Amino acid sequence: MHGPLIETLARQGVTRRTFMKYCATLASMMALPPSAGRAMAEAMASAPAASKRPSVIWLPFQECTGCTESITRSHSPTLEGLIFDVISLDYQETLMAAAGHQAEEALHAAMAANDGKYLLIVDGSIPLGLDGAYSCIAGKSNLDTLKEVAKGAAAIVAMGSCAAYGGLPHANPNPTGAVSVSDIIKDKPIINIPGCPPIPTVITGVLAHFLTFGSLPELDQHGRPKAFYGETIHDRCYRRPFYDQGKFAKTFDDEGARNGWCLFELGCKGPVTYNACATVKWNGGTSWPVESGHGCLGCSEPDFWDGGGFYKALSMPADPLKLAGKAAAVGAAAGVAVSFVNRGKKSAAKSAHETTTLADLEK
Amino acid sequence: MAIAQRVVVDPITRIEGHLRIEAETDADGKITSAYSAGTMVRGIEIILRGRDPRDAWAFAQRICGVCTLVHGIASVRSVEDALHRAIPTYSIPQNAELIRNLMIAAQYVHDHVMHFYHLHALDWVDVVSALKADPKATSTLAQSISSYPKSSPGYFADVQKKVKNFVEQGQLGIFSNAYWGHPAYKLPPEANLMAVAHYLEALAWQRDVVKLHAIFGGKNPHPNFVVGGVPSAISVHVDHPGQGKGPHYRGGQDATAVNMVGLQIVQNVIKQMRDFVDQVYVPDLLAIASFYKEWGGIGDTGGNFLSFGDMPSKSFWDTDSYLIPRGVILNHDISTIHPIDLDKEDEIQEFVSHSWYKYGGGDAEGLHPFKGETELNYTGPKPPYEQLEVEKKYSWLKSPRWQGKAMEVGPLARVLLMYADTKSAGHAQTKELVDYTLKTLDVPVTALFSTLGRTAARGLESKVLADSMQGMFDHLMANIKAGDVRTFNDQYWDPSTWPNHMHGVGLMEAPRGGLSHWIVIDGGKISNYQAVVPSTWNAGPRDAQGQPGAYESALQHNHVMHDPKQPIEILRTIHSFDPCIACAVHVTDPDGEELVQVKVK
Repeated sequence: MHGPLIETLARQGVTRRTFMKYCATLASMMALPPSAGRAMAEAMASAPAASKRPSVIWLPFQECTGCTESITRSHSPTLEGLIFDVISLDYQETLMAAAGHQAEEALHAAMAANDGKYLLIVDGSIPLGLDGAYSCIAGKSNLDTLKEVAKGAAAIVAMGSCAAYGGLPHANPNPTGAVSVSDIIKDKPIINIPGCPPIPTVITGVLAHFLTFGSLPELDQHGRPKAFYGETIHDRCYRRPFYDQGKFAKTFDDEGARNGWCLFELGCKGPVTYNACATVKWNGGTSWPVESGHGCLGCSEPDFWDGGGFYKALSMPADPLKLAGKAAAVGAAAGVAVSFVNRGKKSAAKSAHETTTLADLEK
Repeated sequence: MAIAQRVVVDPITRIEGHLRIEAETDADGKITSAYSAGTMVRGIEIILRGRDPRDAWAFAQRICGVCTLVHGIASVRSVEDALHRAIPTYSIPQNAELIRNLMIAAQYVHDHVMHFYHLHALDWVDVVSALKADPKATSTLAQSISSYPKSSPGYFADVQKKVKNFVEQGQLGIFSNAYWGHPAYKLPPEANLMAVAHYLEALAWQRDVVKLHAIFGGKNPHPNFVVGGVPSAISVHVDHPGQGKGPHYRGGQDATAVNMVGLQIVQNVIKQMRDFVDQVYVPDLLAIASFYKEWGGIGDTGGNFLSFGDMPSKSFWDTDSYLIPRGVILNHDISTIHPIDLDKEDEIQEFVSHSWYKYGGGDAEGLHPFKGETELNYTGPKPPYEQLEVEKKYSWLKSPRWQGKAMEVGPLARVLLMYADTKSAGHAQTKELVDYTLKTLDVPVTALFSTLGRTAARGLESKVLADSMQGMFDHLMANIKAGDVRTFNDQYWDPSTWPNHMHGVGLMEAPRGGLSHWIVIDGGKISNYQAVVPSTWNAGPRDAQGQPGAYESALQHNHVMHDPKQPIEILRTIHSFDPCIACAVHVTDPDGEELVQVKVK
């Protein structure tokens, strides 16, 4: 296997073996058969050489540029690896050289040349209030721009929680009438990659899937790829054993916090948050929020901003869990192991996790 | 060209957020007036009302994902300042200040390097010209200005080949339709190739150095913070041998990210940052600047500069312990530093005469942020539009003023204050760096007040801050070694223990300049939140007196456009400020609902 990507990787000191391993890992994370890793590697390595690099158009609306920043932090493949060898990033306001009319021309040229074939990435929500005057680019409302550019797209990636669910601008009282991409576009395949921002590996993983198979991966009920959003943070958390033992940090620097005990009582939303932070981690596997001592904010869930407070401990809707949780906390405080309570709590937690959503948190 | 024209640049790319510039030129192409308009709002301050003040940092942080931590820090400081004003004994542990300082300094260095290479460089560097370079001559050039090891002819030949392949494929992507070949590009092909190589190196470098934020904040962009300290508990237990089944038995690798491995990563990042700034950023900056000295006479904002100061070595409330001083410089006079009174009602004010807002007492008045009003009043054209009504209201940005004067904030303001303030800890090094730069470029001190000076200041400040990080890290390690692992003050964590009414201001120097978050808390909930941010100071529209904001003043200073259809001159000066427009615009009140008027004594 060879191709421009392999050459680039070689220049970056990445061996073919490492690249294959990355693809295999990606495939296994996405719950695909082992052969898919090989297919993915072949496609990523050779597709660009075989034909034109697929066109990608990235539109920024009510956003903070955190999602763009996140993709620049991708370690494998790197952003420059993607841009030079895998995709043709034809419009990206934060990175592109051209401005003003020249930028607009580049957008329209890419749309015309790749009609029906380009991948549209959107970050930020779209405000409907005031005829869209809350957010304009080149004198046009985001709403008009989205509709115009979506028309010729093969598929749309709603990047980050704002594009996927409305995100922060949509938080109560939603002053600008902000909505998500899927609230507006109904006739195109849309994949949501939520997170504030999303994990770079997840972004590049989904792009790799699209480029390999020409289709979007399997999605859950919130339009997220199951491969990355299939399990809760809590289920894969390295601090889970402490939860099961009823050992909880009470403040951010007490003995428990320093020993890596569970952050449940400090408001961690890990039990109701579906994302890959606990396994993929952040910034090249360096750490992730819980490992660095702060509870999960729940940022990949719809309406997590209105979840009732980041430091308010989850109150599970299932009563047995609530009772068990309290008992366990008391037990831990007294230094007593209450294994039977924990067993009950575990099963209660298990059933509760399947039914709890952020919307339930306020109950 | 024969006639006066209006030039519209929208979108301004290679910035954060949505910015539009309209400029009028005379018959010679010289800009006579310029108008800066923020064209996006989200309403974050409105969204914050009624919420738990301890949650505010997470909302406020999403004002911007580029200078990703600054609004988080300013927000936790605002709540802490409110507590400190109400309960003077309230403080946060020194380790937390040190960790915050490390994160802030890392943000500066990361942000400035990315700005220089990925947002600003393409205004000065012609990527296509790099194809004509001789790799061997490029290597000679690179080795003449720096000891950076990646400088062989083979290395530059590889980079050139990569760019050549890319261009020959005919899909230029983010480099398409730009201004390549424009006569304003002055670098020889070899300097262009060197800069393109470092554009790519910087992209790889920045991925690694954000690991510092990941260790302390769990992730980047948008690391985590907490009111009262930092959330990252230290899991180094020097007093335990690490054996047995006691509560400390997991105290090493598996507990938290701030263990010996994590701290070693932090140490490596500090070294990587210093190396890159010393060996790549500053040498490139000086080399490129030497071809653009005329820009030392273009883009002066009028000589008023403001800094809130930052990097406390003792505490946020001990401004004498700041590395970056607080103060104001007026009319280019760096011999006098004016103090800032935060609470005086007529000192820091925001105006809305040319902004799409309405004030209860009339749009001509200025309001102190504690009394800030935010009633939206969009009077602009219905989109799609060709031109804004610049004689009326034309931006979602307000116009902040200090004692009625427009101010420039940012790296140039800070470097001037460090240069001028003999009490500042950064003084000696900054003075040396500035004098060295002026001497190397052979330009007068007045060249600092310019587009070139602003871009140079950003690089020099990066060196001061990168160098300061080692001392902070050593201090943190010494504390841990001495058994001090406190990172959080849990006293007054619970809002039910707070006084019923509190107000405070969280100040910081963000990479783009002075940032202030003003919070009013009633009954443990936010009753008013106002963020007065760097890009509002710089990018704001005219005020009631018709005084332009900093971008506007700068563009009105000595800009002659070669070709109004290719606005590279505008981009150079606007990018020299490193615009962050999502930061600048964040207020709205769509329904004209009655706004809470908060009186502060």
